[in-house]
Amino acid sequence: MVASGARVSMSGELRIDAVEGLDRAAILDSARGASVIDISALSHVDTAGAWFLIDMQRGIAAAAGTTVEIEGASDAQAQLIETVRRNMPPEEAAVLPPRTLADRLEAFGRMVVRGWRTFVELTSFLGQTVATIAGIVIRPRRLRLTSLVHHCQEVGLNAVPIVALMAFLIGVVLAFQGAAQLRQFGAEVFVVDLIAISVLRELGILLTAIIVAGRSGSAFTAAIGSMKMREEIDAMRTLGLDPVTILVVPRVLALILMLPVLGFIADISGLIGGAAMSWVELGVSPAVFQSRLVSNTDVWHFGVGMIKAPFFALIIGIIGCYEGMKVGGNAESLGRLTSTSVVLSIFMVIVMDALFSIFFAIVGV
Amino acid sequence: MMPEPDAQTTPPPAPETIIRVRGLVTRFDTHTVHDGLDLDVRRGEIIGVVGGSGTGKSVLLRAIVGLLNPAEGQIEVLGQSVRDTSDDDYRRLRRRWGVMFQDGALFSSLTVRQNVEAPMREQLHLDDALRETLAGIKVRMVGLPENAQVKYPSELSGGMRKRAGFARSIALDPEIVFLDEPTAGLDPIGAAAFDTLIKQLQAALGLTVFLVTHDLDSLHAICDRVAVLADKRVLAVGTMRDMLDVDHPWVKEYFHGPRARAATASARPDGRA
Repeated sequence: MVASGARVSMSGELRIDAVEGLDRAAILDSARGASVIDISALSHVDTAGAWFLIDMQRGIAAAAGTTVEIEGASDAQAQLIETVRRNMPPEEAAVLPPRTLADRLEAFGRMVVRGWRTFVELTSFLGQTVATIAGIVIRPRRLRLTSLVHHCQEVGLNAVPIVALMAFLIGVVLAFQGAAQLRQFGAEVFVVDLIAISVLRELGILLTAIIVAGRSGSAFTAAIGSMKMREEIDAMRTLGLDPVTILVVPRVLALILMLPVLGFIADISGLIGGAAMSWVELGVSPAVFQSRLVSNTDVWHFGVGMIKAPFFALIIGIIGCYEGMKVGGNAESLGRLTSTSVVLSIFMVIVMDALFSIFFAIVGV
Repeated sequence: MMPEPDAQTTPPPAPETIIRVRGLVTRFDTHTVHDGLDLDVRRGEIIGVVGGSGTGKSVLLRAIVGLLNPAEGQIEVLGQSVRDTSDDDYRRLRRRWGVMFQDGALFSSLTVRQNVEAPMREQLHLDDALRETLAGIKVRMVGLPENAQVKYPSELSGGMRKRAGFARSIALDPEIVFLDEPTAGLDPIGAAAFDTLIKQLQAALGLTVFLVTHDLDSLHAICDRVAVLADKRVLAVGTMRDMLDVDHPWVKEYFHGPRARAATASARPDGRA
């Protein structure tokens, strides 16, 4: 750039790469008082270059209080500069007001309202699903049997290996850790009670529910959510098909049917893991383990675990489907709601488990 | 806010071939999409690529920009081979073109302006204010209202998403833009407005436009030349008038059908055919 009196001449290429390296303040300073910007020697100007020229023109004009012309532009350059000039940002830049206490309070209030609304919607969704299931009990022909069997396989059969392995390892860990503590009192044989009660009553079903929430709850949200995104749910409604009957009920029913089965498998495999470890670590033979299990463990421990299973299943199924139904137009909401679904259902399962503990403590089993 | 249509510059006198495709063969498993396809695109022109569904218009576009690896053939863009090139060269080359996908393919987690900023952020080291200014200019250039800048793609209509996608494709002032069915799914008024926009920005930014389309009106209104894909190759290249003389059943039906006649009739008043 050459500045000589009233005329500023520019040469070379004025592309975005060049603009990013220019010191605008220094250039404005050196071009002070010019009335013409001559760009006839510029070989190439792009949008950023055109913006730069206009910015410079305005800057010089504002500093000197005069008008500044851009001269020597080729037809194409003139057209580009004109186009950019028409699309320059508005003069007064909008300044974002700082966040005040009121804004924070408002944000908090909105969060509370949103949380409450989610709770209400979730409850009404639960009611709708239960009502639909009740309707199916009255008229069983409305049940989508194929879909139900398919989901039973998906959430039940296909989950057996991971659930069994998980429970086996939990049994092993309990036996190992329990043995280390109980050995100090010479009470190794109580490890059987420890394993039986903790696996049957709590861990078997709780950890199964957590695995199923991560595995099937997220799959429900993703499947229903992507259908929602592609307007398949709307299409169903216009065809007179009820999405709750077709999509939600088979999934929730499949979970209610399969979670107790998975819980049972987890119980058995947890006991086997515990027994194996007791045998290896403590020398408690499987026969001793079995007789102690049968004589000392109340069958209610098993009952308590099993009673909880359908409730956990209902929570996971309802939350998974509800979050799927909430998915909006974009892919981001699908991802966000899938993770919400998993986190919320695991959280609610644990809350439910705590409530059950209190309940069973009161009724005394 | 748009320039007058008669402000266009005439295409450069000596046509320079900017995209050269030779003997292109693309296959999906056993299904051959292109078999020995040749195509030249000249600098500064708007070329419309037409063809029936499944003739591989979008596949051709994807092959040229290197999203898809063809089985055989040479593709040169701006004098450089797209296939046999180092990663660095390819990256530099990629900066010189922009692609607009069907429906915009905007990043749904970013606002419109952030979408336009995204390529700048990757390729350049601008300070934030300058980048925002330049992105804002691009968003205004494609005719989006001021309040659309901070909206997310899901809050926009289909036509606005396409405009935003176009803005992103010209973010780095490319020499070539590839547009995949820019007017599909738009109402006729919106489609015509988009055609005008393409023509205006092509003139203002000196773009070469590679336009995949089904829209006969677009072909009439803005394309300098038309390339017809059929029988796994480019069957004919030329102006719309040339197309009328091509002796091929599909081409005949396409350019002589009732819709084509309607488009011709409507294009005539402003001197184009």
